[in-house]
Amino acid sequence: MSALPPISNSGLLRWAWRQLTSMKTALILLFLLALASIPGSLLPQRGIDPIKVRAYITENPTWGPILDRLGFFDGYSSPWFSAVYLLLFVSLIGCVLPRVGVHYRAMRSAPPRAPRMLQRMAGTRSLEVTGSTDEVLLTAQASLRAARWRVVTGPQEDPSWVAAEKGYLRETGNLIFHLSLLVVLVSIAVGGLFGWKGNVIVREGSGFSNTLTQYDAWGGGRFVNAENLAPFSFTLDKFTADFERGTVQRGAPRAFEAEVSFRPDPSAAVQHALIEVNEPLVIDGAKVFLVGHGYAPRIKVTDKTGAVVFDDAVPFLPQDGNFTSTGVVKIPDSTPALGIQGLFLPTAALDAVRGPHSIFPSPDDPALFMSAWKGDLGLDSGTPQSVYRLVTDKMEQIGLEQLKPGESWTLPDGSGTVRFEGYERWASFQIAADPGKEFALFAAAAAILGLMMSLFIRRRRVWVKVLERDGVTVVQLAGIMRTSTFEDDDIGVLAEDLDLVEHALAAAGLVRAEAPPEEES
Amino acid sequence: MNPESLAQLSNMAIYSSMLTLAMAMVAFAASFANGQRRSALVVAQESTMSAGGTAVLTKQKSKPTEEPGRRAANIGLSLTWLAFILLLAGVVLRGIWAGRAPWGNMYEFSITAALGILGVYLFMNLRVDLRWLGLFIVIPVLLTLGMAVTVLYTEAAQLVPALKSYWLVIHVLAAIICSGAFTLAAATAGLSLIRDRAERKLPPGTSPTGPLSSRIPDAERLRTITNRVLAFAFPLWTFAVVAGAIWAENAWGRYWGWDPKETWAFITWVVYAAYLHARSTAGWRKNKASWIALAGWVVFLINYFGVNFLASSLHSYAGVSS
Repeated sequence: MSALPPISNSGLLRWAWRQLTSMKTALILLFLLALASIPGSLLPQRGIDPIKVRAYITENPTWGPILDRLGFFDGYSSPWFSAVYLLLFVSLIGCVLPRVGVHYRAMRSAPPRAPRMLQRMAGTRSLEVTGSTDEVLLTAQASLRAARWRVVTGPQEDPSWVAAEKGYLRETGNLIFHLSLLVVLVSIAVGGLFGWKGNVIVREGSGFSNTLTQYDAWGGGRFVNAENLAPFSFTLDKFTADFERGTVQRGAPRAFEAEVSFRPDPSAAVQHALIEVNEPLVIDGAKVFLVGHGYAPRIKVTDKTGAVVFDDAVPFLPQDGNFTSTGVVKIPDSTPALGIQGLFLPTAALDAVRGPHSIFPSPDDPALFMSAWKGDLGLDSGTPQSVYRLVTDKMEQIGLEQLKPGESWTLPDGSGTVRFEGYERWASFQIAADPGKEFALFAAAAAILGLMMSLFIRRRRVWVKVLERDGVTVVQLAGIMRTSTFEDDDIGVLAEDLDLVEHALAAAGLVRAEAPPEEES
Repeated sequence: MNPESLAQLSNMAIYSSMLTLAMAMVAFAASFANGQRRSALVVAQESTMSAGGTAVLTKQKSKPTEEPGRRAANIGLSLTWLAFILLLAGVVLRGIWAGRAPWGNMYEFSITAALGILGVYLFMNLRVDLRWLGLFIVIPVLLTLGMAVTVLYTEAAQLVPALKSYWLVIHVLAAIICSGAFTLAAATAGLSLIRDRAERKLPPGTSPTGPLSSRIPDAERLRTITNRVLAFAFPLWTFAVVAGAIWAENAWGRYWGWDPKETWAFITWVVYAAYLHARSTAGWRKNKASWIALAGWVVFLINYFGVNFLASSLHSYAGVSS
């Protein structure tokens, strides 16, 4: 049990600080961190899929709102998660920073003099030698120096021993590892404050320029000037997708390629590039990733007077792996205002259970299923509307129809004609800039290096001592491990170190015989 | 050679490997049973003698001078080597058949993970005598392979675009070697707990006599092996996670997104980090550390099976038709 905290305030603070920076607290905080990471992997997260979060709350009217209030749907930015990792990092700083100073002094200090009773140490050995004390110690010193030990010799008045130490880099590595973790955390924060990320759907043949208004969704850190993004632009020239046609994993994607022409700024020359999954395009510090694709059926609507009221390709959103896609067309300019809900099927099939659906993602046999509506589209009410949903509250259904490319449908109430001209492909891009990621990578690499140093290097001390015993010169060799975890095979490492010195002495012809261990006085 | 016969060869190699492993398992088990029979014999002798009317008070020393079951363990080890070579052939043939690194779905991950476990064990065994551990390695490998060929089997197919990257080789290879090391460490950690219990029941200086605990090294030695294996695996696992982050940045536009697979890889990392801290914390470095090593393995398994099948994750590459 730990001692009760002292009464005074400063004493209490010191006590609290010592508790926080103790190894046991670090352990408990590590467990808490592991535990706090779990809910976010089980519950839907806003940062990944906000629609799922909304659905979850609707389906669980009792628990949903409570979990929401407690931050379970933003698990990794919730107060409890932040509290755990911030405490852990405070504990880390409190533990590691003082050790930097201690280690710095240790690295500059000499290994301590040989203890009086070397024979008490594990693995100690004694040898009878022939040469002089100087000869023996110089040979031992040379062998240790050659193996990169830090060596000190006894002072003038007692020149009978050599002390050596090795493995300072263990603690260096340990400190590098922990400090690198701090740098990783700071890099993540830098990315969060100075980074930005946006998504945009671009149709084949259409262009995109990097301004806020062009994005379908955009989010940036607090210090990003959204009005002044890098002025690059690109056009999607061609998009190709390949799918598995064999029986195994039929329909699984095999290749996506987006051919684009881009300009780093409006005055620059046009360059061409191929964007693939795993092969983003880097322009001006931002990366353009290919993240999805789909179909945009081209629809032409004429009203009853024969005037064209709509003629455009409309991106439809894929609903399943075979690209059964849904979308809507809103035509407020015709009289009456028209709305079309559509279902685009790249390879159409119709059955009683599933209704119209696609059975393969490639456009082998495309068809467009439509439901036409007339009335008030609700666009003037001021409430923002999704471009992928038709609000049919104040509308009246005109009819249903299915079309192949090139076919037309004369609306049954005579309000016009809908023609399915064909389809285009679209690709969706994620464009992101994260100025912290290079630092994070550098820090992660340093962390791994430091980790390996701290786990594989062993710090140990060796002493060589010469003494006269019954008229014979005897050299004693001994060593200790200087690591916090002493494993039983560390003895083997020490034995190798002592072997090094013994072999050097033997090679110099100084060893006469193994001496019997000295009796303790 | 046509693809079908390559596929058949790969499957045959894997089935042969399983058969060999089953025999190795019997051999390793026999090396334990041998010890058990011995002590049973001693008990039988004692009871006959006491039945004769004279109470025998001098207990026979149960520690044999020559280790029994050593031959059986040697046979088990040879069979394990053979199984490793057969499995290696199976995995390589699978790779040739698919025309890529054989790490595209759960079946392929599993056979390679089995190879990884055997590989780490046999490699370690070259440096330290680990014959006593054989049974506890062969059993999880057989279970992994059994599950792979029954539940997870899928025909070789091309990769989805997200997996087409040289990072597949680097990231998955590191993770597979770690799966071997984590499994091995879990086995030694579990055994250290069993042995520790047996040691504590006895007066100091005597060794346990149970069929299992008398045949394995003492608890401190087992904890040392666990520590060594995890000290090797932890930097490698860190590397696997970082390599995954680099790949994710390149494929999905962010290096960390708390996808369930990433989250559980992180939890695995945190638990093993806790293990290493426990090893240098007074009062934690023995059984508590061993329990943490076991917990780390469980978290690793949750990540491997749970996330691939249950969670909707960007990493759902199981490829198992439902």
